[in-house]
Amino acid sequence: MRDDVVISVKNLSMGFQDEILMQDISFEIYSGDIFVILGGSGSGKSTLLKHLIGLYSPLSGQILIKGRDITRADDSEKAEIMRAIGISYQSGALFGSMTLLENVRLPLEEFTNLTITAMNLISRIKLSQVGLIGYENHMPSELSAGMQKRAAIARAMALDPSILFLDEPSAGLDPITSLELDELILNLAQSLRITFVIVTHELSSIFKIGRRMIILDKKRKTIAAEGAPADLRNNSSDPWVRSFLNRTNPDKVQNLKH
Amino acid sequence: MPVSEASHKDSDNFLSWSFERPEDNTSSVYLNGSLNTQNLSRLWQETEKRIDEDNTKNLIIDAGKVNYLDMSGQAYLLHFSRLIEERGGKSQIKNLRKDFADMLGQLSCFDCMEKTAYPKSSILEEIGKATIKLGHDARDFFTFVGQFVSAFSHALIRPGTIRWKDVYLNIENVGAKAVFIVCLIGFLMGLIISFQSAMPLRMFGAEIFVARLLGLSMVRELGPLVTAIILAGRTGSSFAAEIGTMKINEEINALTTMGLNPVKFLVVPRMLATMLVMPFLTLFFIIFSLIGGALVMLSLGFPLITYINQITMSLTMADFAGGMFKAVIFSLLVSWIGCVRGLQTTSGAKAVGLSTTSAVVSGIVLIAITDGIFAVTFYILGI
Repeated sequence: MRDDVVISVKNLSMGFQDEILMQDISFEIYSGDIFVILGGSGSGKSTLLKHLIGLYSPLSGQILIKGRDITRADDSEKAEIMRAIGISYQSGALFGSMTLLENVRLPLEEFTNLTITAMNLISRIKLSQVGLIGYENHMPSELSAGMQKRAAIARAMALDPSILFLDEPSAGLDPITSLELDELILNLAQSLRITFVIVTHELSSIFKIGRRMIILDKKRKTIAAEGAPADLRNNSSDPWVRSFLNRTNPDKVQNLKH
Repeated sequence: MPVSEASHKDSDNFLSWSFERPEDNTSSVYLNGSLNTQNLSRLWQETEKRIDEDNTKNLIIDAGKVNYLDMSGQAYLLHFSRLIEERGGKSQIKNLRKDFADMLGQLSCFDCMEKTAYPKSSILEEIGKATIKLGHDARDFFTFVGQFVSAFSHALIRPGTIRWKDVYLNIENVGAKAVFIVCLIGFLMGLIISFQSAMPLRMFGAEIFVARLLGLSMVRELGPLVTAIILAGRTGSSFAAEIGTMKINEEINALTTMGLNPVKFLVVPRMLATMLVMPFLTLFFIIFSLIGGALVMLSLGFPLITYINQITMSLTMADFAGGMFKAVIFSLLVSWIGCVRGLQTTSGAKAVGLSTTSAVVSGIVLIAITDGIFAVTFYILGI
């Protein structure tokens, strides 16, 4: 076992009431990793993410974030864990009554003693990182969906967390912005050793930035494959995984020659 | 010679710094450790204070011992080098680790592309905007009245096109589920009014007239009025919130593009349901208020039959019909304004809140105005 594990999931099973969505999920995420969670629609990617950040409680199993079990943490401990992580939600979830700057500044106001000049500068730098400089005083409703999503990433980065969870960050972004976002993620992971956990469908983005990934299979209700994206695409023993990553029809995969 | 040293101690989050007095107006800051969001605030404030107090012209930040620098730390370096340069001095960041320096280089021009021009509007502009908004609101209002009349008359001509399933559902929500609160308030009001009026009337030995007073005021005035106010709080607000949320989720747009008229689809069933249940709710209110009154009268020693006789003698069918008519008109207004406010929702969670508030407030205002008009009309007509 490596010593730089930041998130470790052990025998997790999740679901709602009697219905089990996924079971027997175990994986580890290392510091500075760009970890991708992939799976078909409805396979439970976002649900898994919500378990990792402690929004949902699992049916059984353990989720350790920096060695602390988030499934058993009480409120104050949970809040402490939460401060080390940043989350951007699928739909942005910006506060509609605040400008972009205020949205990004909110965590800084609540959790640091920085002066207003400092907070404003930090918030503006964060916004510039996602290409939104000049939009500080816009309300979220005045922006396109893609811009809202980027602003949400800026807000997730507000406290410079060491782990960033991104739920479908590049969905709805144009190719150039999405490329820039990929580069930003690579840059942050390299220079600041921020760990990224990304739920996404964008295969091109996965192969560009993903270091390790898991693929969730709805039918088997567990992890179908784990490893480096390019490696899985070319060498996975599971035809379903290969077809998924090669964007081919799984029914025809038997006829594919490798 | 270092003149001040300080540090922020935290288990794995160590930062220390020291300042050197200005020589030739040049100050130095030595940083050691990890510079991040959590431990930055004291350093930032102290640096600011130092620069002002020492009247620093040139600044050297020695970051040779910085082993971690997050984006907030970068902001610190950026802020003070800019500040010094703005004041005409020179700033230098020494010994910064290469990857951090690269990142600082990238960040140093983060806002060069676009200098934000803060739009400032004059008071005249604000007044103009408000006037235009008022005009738009008025136009929307009339458009909606028109849409509603057309949708409603269409529904009346062809009752088959009404979504009866929605009507039944709304009858349950607006009517059946409101019975308890209506009965409770009715009972309490009957109890309180009769008790409070019985006390002064007793001095004249005229307690028996409490029955007339209660019967008349409940049937003609308070029954419809208070039930409508309960309805405004309970139903008008829920219509506004529901339709408002549909609006911000683009469900209204989806309806329109499917070729369905949102007014016909959403508003007509709701208004119809409300108008259908309102007379019954009012009736419940009146009956329970009279029961409340009966309790007071019984406790004062009057037999029930006397009480009932007094009420039936004092009331005519016209009183009852007038009350019910008012109730229906009130319900129309309440449900209508609820739906209008919902459809007028702009965007965001806050807008839904505003719509809901406005639905209740406008509903009650409309009820009050209409009640005044009714009072005058009934008086002139001699009802």
